[in-house]
Amino acid sequence: MLLAEQALNGLQYGMMLFLMAAGLTLVFGVMGLINLAHGSLYMTGAFACAAVAAATGSFWLGLVASLAAAAAAGALVEMAVIRRLYARDHLDQVLATFALILVFSEGTRWLFGSFPLYLKLPASLSGAVVLPGGLHYPLFRLVIIGFGAAVAVGLWWLITRTRLGIRIRAGEADREMIGALGVDIARLYTIVFALGAALAGFAGALVGTIQSVQVGMGEPVLILAFVVVVIGGIGSIKGALVGALLVGMTDTLGKALLPGLLSRVLDASSANTIGASLASVLIYVLMAVVLILRPQGLFGARG
Amino acid sequence: MELKRLLICGTAALALAGAAQAEGVKVGMITTLSGGGAGLGVDTRDGFLLALKNAGDAGKQVELVIEDDQQKPDVAVQIADKMIQSEQVDVLTGIVWSNLAMAVVPAAVAQDKFYLSTNAAPSQLAGAGCNPKYFSVSYQNDNLHEAAGAHATDAGIGKVFIMAPNYPAGQDSLAGFKRFYKGEVVSEVYTQVGQTDYAGEIAQIRASDADAVFFFLPGGMGIAFMKQYAESGVGKPVIGPAFSFSQDILPAVGDAALGVKNTAQWSKDLDNEANKAFVETFQAEYGRLPSLYAAQAYDTANLLLSAIAKADVGDADAFRAALAEADFPSVRGKFRFGPNQHPIQDYYVREVVKEGDVLTNKIIGPAMTDHGDAYAEQCSM
Repeated sequence: MLLAEQALNGLQYGMMLFLMAAGLTLVFGVMGLINLAHGSLYMTGAFACAAVAAATGSFWLGLVASLAAAAAAGALVEMAVIRRLYARDHLDQVLATFALILVFSEGTRWLFGSFPLYLKLPASLSGAVVLPGGLHYPLFRLVIIGFGAAVAVGLWWLITRTRLGIRIRAGEADREMIGALGVDIARLYTIVFALGAALAGFAGALVGTIQSVQVGMGEPVLILAFVVVVIGGIGSIKGALVGALLVGMTDTLGKALLPGLLSRVLDASSANTIGASLASVLIYVLMAVVLILRPQGLFGARG
Repeated sequence: MELKRLLICGTAALALAGAAQAEGVKVGMITTLSGGGAGLGVDTRDGFLLALKNAGDAGKQVELVIEDDQQKPDVAVQIADKMIQSEQVDVLTGIVWSNLAMAVVPAAVAQDKFYLSTNAAPSQLAGAGCNPKYFSVSYQNDNLHEAAGAHATDAGIGKVFIMAPNYPAGQDSLAGFKRFYKGEVVSEVYTQVGQTDYAGEIAQIRASDADAVFFFLPGGMGIAFMKQYAESGVGKPVIGPAFSFSQDILPAVGDAALGVKNTAQWSKDLDNEANKAFVETFQAEYGRLPSLYAAQAYDTANLLLSAIAKADVGDADAFRAALAEADFPSVRGKFRFGPNQHPIQDYYVREVVKEGDVLTNKIIGPAMTDHGDAYAEQCSM
């Protein structure tokens, strides 16, 4: 029962990472851009959700606002800054998007202050439900898993079944050629960037609801999202999903099981310290193993 | 000739500066004003400032420099170095977190600065590591948890799940709880400092056969845990030190905290003149109820003012003796220092209640009387 609950926790964590990594991998795959400011878009979504939910009293409006605000911020940033970086090398991109993190963080602090904000769940989503087998589990965490799965299906449909998806795939394969065929590359890039931003903002709003909304909340998640992208393969949505679930499960189950195992030989405090650090190392071990066996990532097209 | 005049002017200016400095005391406050721990630092700052304001002219003798440590030990060390070396403060204070205190306090007292703790009081600084220049005005870290352990024993809780963050105050917390708890600890879990997701720990609580949960999670950590715990439907009763149910936490947690018992050396309904004045002026000044952290900082400032009135900070021995007398009206009613310059005081059991729309704490009984700490005898000063 404990293991089942921890597995669900891992699944929920994985889905959250997937929402983050999907946008990151699209932007990386299609535009070849390393976007460190992705965590800031996650934060933007969370703050938009908190502000709108507080002003209107409706959590659902807050969620819609998180998508809209992050997409708008993403589009704006793409047109103002990112657009100038495609031709530059990765170091310039890292520098510029790192600067964006500072701008977003200071701007948010200026607007909302340094205090964390807390969201209230609507009554329809709060509390625990009983799952088959008698396990009680918080409803909202199940909702996050559901949202993650829905986004995965939606993205699969978008990429494989729509004209926009064809262009995105074409852009990944050969950007000069689709430009020559008359596709407006600049607009395509803005749309892809805004889409990735919206997903990050959505993830921020969902996580902000169960935890807290504060400046700097995006950066720890961003690091894991990069790990997910590398494991899954750059540019692959399927890879992002599998990678995110792998990382989420490894991290959660590692943290849940390792301290318990170690506490048989060590005292509680050091068993926890060592167990938790081993659990966080596990993710990178996983990444290293994947990179040795498949340098392009699990579902990566390019080497 | 010209040079001589310059020299005279310079010497006169220096003498004047020296005289000006001797009049007042420069205090450096390092505290957490951003991130998940900001609520604690803001209350520390506001409580301290309020005491200076309430003291009128006496309060103006204190020149206060305040900086945000962002709850990061490295930042706190940088600020402390700057305050000691370039700002030349006489007294340091304000650190909320014990890992930051461990990074700053030993170096500060080694450089002959007084440190008055408004909150963090790790066991390492109470026992063999005690120092004549270090005073804890709040408590010793173990204390509130010891009181919670005593209360859990009195309340007849047979099996308990205990949890705290993995840093000096968290280790002190669980050690303190176990020192006075006579039942069975079924599981002892350390979380990460600053952790925001407690799904894993909640699953462990659900699977355990504990009758109750004791947890020490100050600031944003406590808010995140209590919100998630309420959502999880586990429903085992919780107890904790005041930090987990402090005034800075209650509004965000909401009704899930109603009826929870917690232990503290202060509460806003403690019946004494100093406390009434404190709670009243705090509400008038800031428009909210004071927390434990504000009360501790208020006492710290008043202790400092009482020492300034008796001795010159330049005369370290006299100033230390003046501090040790603790001759100030504490909002806790009675207050004195033990041999390791940590408080000997009473602890109470509080319950979270609703007054109108506002969640707050109310004293329901004593937990420990004239209680010192377990480390005093290891201290040789």
